[in-house]
Amino acid sequence: MTGSQFGVFGIDPWWLVLLKVLAIFVMLVLLTLFTIWWERRVVSRMQNRIGPNRVGPFGLLQSLMDGFKLALKEEIIPKAAHVGVYWIAPVISATAAFLAFAVIPFGPTVSIFGVETPLQLTDFPVSVLYVLAIASIGIYGIVLAGWSSGSTYPLLGGLRSSAQMISYEIAMGMSFVAVFLYAGSMATSEIVSAQEPIWFAVILLPSFLIYVTSMVGETNRAPFDLPEAEGELVGGFHTEYSSLKFAMFFLAEYINMVTVSALATTLFLGGWLAPWPLSLWESANTGWWPLLWWLAKVQIFIFIFIWLRATLPRLRYDQFMKFGWKVLIPASIIWIMIVAAARVLRNDIDFSNRELLIIGAVVIAVLLVGSWLAQVVIDRRDTARKLALAEFENRTYDPIAGGFPVPPMPGQQAVLTSRRTASPVVQQEAIDG
Amino acid sequence: MNVYTPILVLGILAFAFAVFSVAAATFTGPKRYNRAKYDAYECGIEPTPQPVGGGRFPVKYYLTAMLFIVFDIEIVFLYPWAVAFDRLAIFGLIEMLVFIITVLVVYAYVWRRRGLEWD
Repeated sequence: MTGSQFGVFGIDPWWLVLLKVLAIFVMLVLLTLFTIWWERRVVSRMQNRIGPNRVGPFGLLQSLMDGFKLALKEEIIPKAAHVGVYWIAPVISATAAFLAFAVIPFGPTVSIFGVETPLQLTDFPVSVLYVLAIASIGIYGIVLAGWSSGSTYPLLGGLRSSAQMISYEIAMGMSFVAVFLYAGSMATSEIVSAQEPIWFAVILLPSFLIYVTSMVGETNRAPFDLPEAEGELVGGFHTEYSSLKFAMFFLAEYINMVTVSALATTLFLGGWLAPWPLSLWESANTGWWPLLWWLAKVQIFIFIFIWLRATLPRLRYDQFMKFGWKVLIPASIIWIMIVAAARVLRNDIDFSNRELLIIGAVVIAVLLVGSWLAQVVIDRRDTARKLALAEFENRTYDPIAGGFPVPPMPGQQAVLTSRRTASPVVQQEAIDG
Repeated sequence: MNVYTPILVLGILAFAFAVFSVAAATFTGPKRYNRAKYDAYECGIEPTPQPVGGGRFPVKYYLTAMLFIVFDIEIVFLYPWAVAFDRLAIFGLIEMLVFIITVLVVYAYVWRRRGLEWD
């Protein structure tokens, strides 16, 4: 790794580290409160309702008040709960949710009280890997919460949730590969600066789409909110949680939403870099302005989350797992290989863009013809199966065919019982006989 | 200061906040005893008796976890390859292609054996 870029990290004075940590903490809590309110307002509007508008201006303080209300509610620990694990599960969830934000870049180098420092807590050569690792630790909180509640629904909800999150984590992890390939780095700050000419969402659109799909599955949000399917599992893994313990899970869920949105922004939408018309302005990428662009991009993703929730019905669990394992994973593998092959062809064998396009066209043509042939084969098999089925249904029913189970007496005919009226041939034979 | 130290600081703050909240819930809320409250919640019916340790659940989850490990390890190999891609160039591409085909054989086998079905 080129170590020089990381020179700006890890050299902050202690008070600046504390300041940044506090800023991230406060920002995440505020974003959570805001997102809960925003989601309720937007979903309300989409459903022809008004939504919370009483507490504070536009109801903005609603989620804060809900938090206080939760704190004043009785805390119930079920008799069957495994108390130690039951206690630690929300702590794991909330801590992991906060931690993932440590490597998200918010902006370029700025001056804070006379100290030049990047608007990012820290960065190192494997920081995206770190985010994935922390996200995996968050799953422990969920599965332990479900297990320790000593109740059927939370157990099933926790299991579902973990199965879903690990399944979608694969597709998510694979969608990053093409980004690393282009950026040549796993450090978030370098990935952002690698997008200076063009965002990865544009040149790696399939990766972007796969990531956006899997990030919804990863955060257990509608239409993939199966762990919390009310009709099947009550509240899912947090059914037995109440008061502030429940609030911790709620907080973790919304912070995770913000985290995956921030990660999408960092890896695909150029992080804090100004979007096109604004980037024409000289100082768009300097000072504190990028913080604004970053926040706007994250809010776009959060709005998409809310929009999806208001629009799409929940998937069935088998459809959901099928989609993850049979569509997203093979699609990402194929896409990674296409990207890698195209890059090698251009960089090492000196193919021009025109030749690359021709090769791409040939590959796509081969894939299309292949899929057409596969469809023909499948259709033929389906037709054959349908014919066989029709033949099976229309077959002549002979209960003593081939002398089974008892060889017939000479001249003996099958006796028609009332249950065997389905086959007209046998009926006819019985009448004739 | 090490690049990892800020993570520790953030972790301590987040952990302290979470522990404080979880512990505070014990003191802030009222306590009114009612036997039914402490039963497992099953929409009001008598709760199913739970064996110690959470009881049994479908083996399918275990299979999913195993498959996850296979693919996660594939990703572990893909990441360094992607970062060093420009240096490895065509050698790396062919090497990775062979590796991915090996994994795809397993994938096709699992698919064919209906290991990816959920029912």
